[in-house]
Amino acid sequence: MRGITKRFPGVVANDAVDFTAAPGEIHALLGENGAGKSTLMKILYGFYQPDAGEIRLHGTPRVFRSPKDALRAGLGMVFQQFMLVPSLSVVQNVLLGLPSQGWRLDERAAAASLAAAAARYGMAVHPWARVWQLSVGEQQRVEILKLLARGADVLILDEPTAVLTPQETRDLFDTLRRLAGEGRTIVVITHKLSEVMAAADRVTVLRAGRLVGTTPTAATSPRALARMMVGRETFDLPERDPVTPGPVVLEVRDLWADGDRGPDALQGVSLAVRAGEIVGVAGVAGNGQRELGEIVAGLRRPTRGRVVIAGRDRTGAGPLDAIRAGLGHVPEDRLGTGVAPRLSVADNLILKSYRDSRFGRGPLLNRQTVHQVARTLIRAFKIQTPGPDTPAGTLSGGNVQRLILAREISAGPRAILAFHPTRGLDIGATEAVHRALLAQRRAGIGVLLISEDLDEILQLSDRVAVLCGGQIMGVVRPGDVTVEQIGLLMGGTRLAVPEETA
Amino acid sequence: MRLERRPPSRLAAAAAPVVSILAALAAGGLMLAASGVNPFAAYAVLVSDPFGSAFGWSETAVKATPLILTGLAVLLPARMRLWNIGAEGQLQCGAIGATWIAVFTPIGHSALAVPALLLVGMGAGAAWCLVPAILRAWLSVNETITTLLMNYVALLLVDFLIYGPWQDPQGRGFPLSPVLPASAKLPVLVPGTRIHLGFALALLAVAATAFVLTRTRWGLEIRIIGDNPDAARYAGINLTRNILLVMAAAGALAGLAGAGEVSAVSGRLQQGLSPGYGYTGIIVAWLARLHPVATVLVAFLLGGLFLGGDGLQISLNLPIAVVYMLQGLIFFFVLGGEQLAGSRVRIGPRAPAEGGR
Repeated sequence: MRGITKRFPGVVANDAVDFTAAPGEIHALLGENGAGKSTLMKILYGFYQPDAGEIRLHGTPRVFRSPKDALRAGLGMVFQQFMLVPSLSVVQNVLLGLPSQGWRLDERAAAASLAAAAARYGMAVHPWARVWQLSVGEQQRVEILKLLARGADVLILDEPTAVLTPQETRDLFDTLRRLAGEGRTIVVITHKLSEVMAAADRVTVLRAGRLVGTTPTAATSPRALARMMVGRETFDLPERDPVTPGPVVLEVRDLWADGDRGPDALQGVSLAVRAGEIVGVAGVAGNGQRELGEIVAGLRRPTRGRVVIAGRDRTGAGPLDAIRAGLGHVPEDRLGTGVAPRLSVADNLILKSYRDSRFGRGPLLNRQTVHQVARTLIRAFKIQTPGPDTPAGTLSGGNVQRLILAREISAGPRAILAFHPTRGLDIGATEAVHRALLAQRRAGIGVLLISEDLDEILQLSDRVAVLCGGQIMGVVRPGDVTVEQIGLLMGGTRLAVPEETA
Repeated sequence: MRLERRPPSRLAAAAAPVVSILAALAAGGLMLAASGVNPFAAYAVLVSDPFGSAFGWSETAVKATPLILTGLAVLLPARMRLWNIGAEGQLQCGAIGATWIAVFTPIGHSALAVPALLLVGMGAGAAWCLVPAILRAWLSVNETITTLLMNYVALLLVDFLIYGPWQDPQGRGFPLSPVLPASAKLPVLVPGTRIHLGFALALLAVAATAFVLTRTRWGLEIRIIGDNPDAARYAGINLTRNILLVMAAAGALAGLAGAGEVSAVSGRLQQGLSPGYGYTGIIVAWLARLHPVATVLVAFLLGGLFLGGDGLQISLNLPIAVVYMLQGLIFFFVLGGEQLAGSRVRIGPRAPAEGGR
């Protein structure tokens, strides 16, 4: 792939990226979230059309208008979300996409060749099992077998180990090694340094849509890769008023929890946020951040451990108790969780506080008071909206976030959980959010900031906890560490850094 | 050719229901013509019987009464994304409850008969609706299916009662309950018509529903849940409690309709107490676009259709199925019209993909 450029509205996902993978190699494509790894591979796979650039396969220029074209040319991709029919058997799933062989399906023959392929590449799968009965790792094997059955000789895997146990990960890399050994090309999209070093022959690093470089893994180190992935060596610390932290307002102790993708998404996480302090949680997405946030907000129950808000144990007490204990929550999914998009801005501003007695007696809701409060908040937080009656979902992302901040801050919280507070926002809106969070810090409120944006975390936080695989790899002060040290922690490598004793 | 989604223009949104109903009548006319009936004659009866005279209007109001209530019984849960298909069964239960208190207890002969039978009817409807509500709230059983199936159970329960223990000893073996005592008859509101207290109660229910939805904390909770259940959970709103409350309220509204029919219209528990008022309530709610006040308008329209249908049976010897056919066509066309009003038909090759050059 040469000079690949792909623009989405408002973002350049790939900016003149070159990428070459050779037959017989396992090639890692490394980068942070949003670096453009998946986009690049989806272009190769015909899922997106590039705005510029050229794709050559075995030396000849090719244009793939759809994944069908790419499949026919011998390219196959395993997505993070598997494309399997749960109620059908493994054989049936493999047969599903195959070019037509007449109207009769010979499942028995297919099962035999499937079993042969599975044995050859070390993928234990029962051909007649129904897909819904299979573990995630087994389903992934079915996806790979499906592509092999279609004769794919270039396999692209998008974050294949995100859902696997360590044992399954080892098995997967064994399989990939054997496939590569037969001359196939394997591309693995990942952000985990250890996997790159352990399994890949060469690695290409992307950052913010641009190519940083391609290098054989033998000629590099995790440190060097971390620096390539994250970018700079030092950070500019913004001017922040010194605030003497007060008592602990939000604390989790030895938190264990099952996640959406499997058990033990959190493994013994302990963290305390004091009044007047911003504690950042850094890490690559899917390493337990969502579970941590949901448990703190009372939306998910931990299997073990405690949540203490403003001195009171709130473990498993539910979202209303967390709100009443004084927790403000800027949720991960602004439109999906943070607002009721078809209800008015005013209704959304009182989404939590509508229970207050100031909004009316008994069961009644005084529309005038609601409007008055809404207008005040719209002005104070500079929410750009035609009026309080406008549906919240019609506002821009930045203004939806201002609405949510206005609601959460005006409730007078003791602690605020801010989850991806600036994701997808433009610079102006991002600054407004950052200013609001720093103002809360000044006002003596404890802020737990979970973000994928490392710059944001390092700029705002007093302390940074790095999550990887559901564990806190370390808690550091932004001024005391280099980017590569943070990068290594994010990649799951524990190392001797000046650690905060918290 | 393909459809592109876009927000409907104001004109399209306003014109869509009218155009859709006219299109439905045109399609219905074709079907009537195909079966050898002059559609113009049929439509003349359909319009003039319910809306051509003061008496017609009063009878239409009588038919609209249960439709307003069942319409609300569908509308209120629908505002929370719960589909109550069971207003028919809840109505029947309301009728059973009202009959029981009026005929089989001494209260029926007392001055308290009317309030008592209304309350018991509402309670019976609510109880009936709580069965699917509980299943939904705690076991996530799909309420669309269970409320529907509960209808058949309720209808068979009515059959059991009027063929069995509640059969009128003086009824010569007909499947009828004894007649409700005069003290248990809802008062007539307008002398010389059959418009009864239930009509006023239905209008009151409309006002109350509109008030609850827009002016109370509970109404805000319902609207938040209906718009985004995740946001509701995030805001600490108790979904389980709201499912139970809203479904109970819906059942009570439909039960009130049943109590009113038994007390003011049929005078006894019998088959055919409702020509499908509960199912028609679904159409009422949707044609009203889930706005409580609009249910009154739609209930009059569909009530008139029922009344006109009676006229068709008498004057043109047509079956009641004509009414159901037209109801179905109107529903179908209005839903389709709503969809099309939000779409632009494009004929020609595919436009370039989104996010393209």
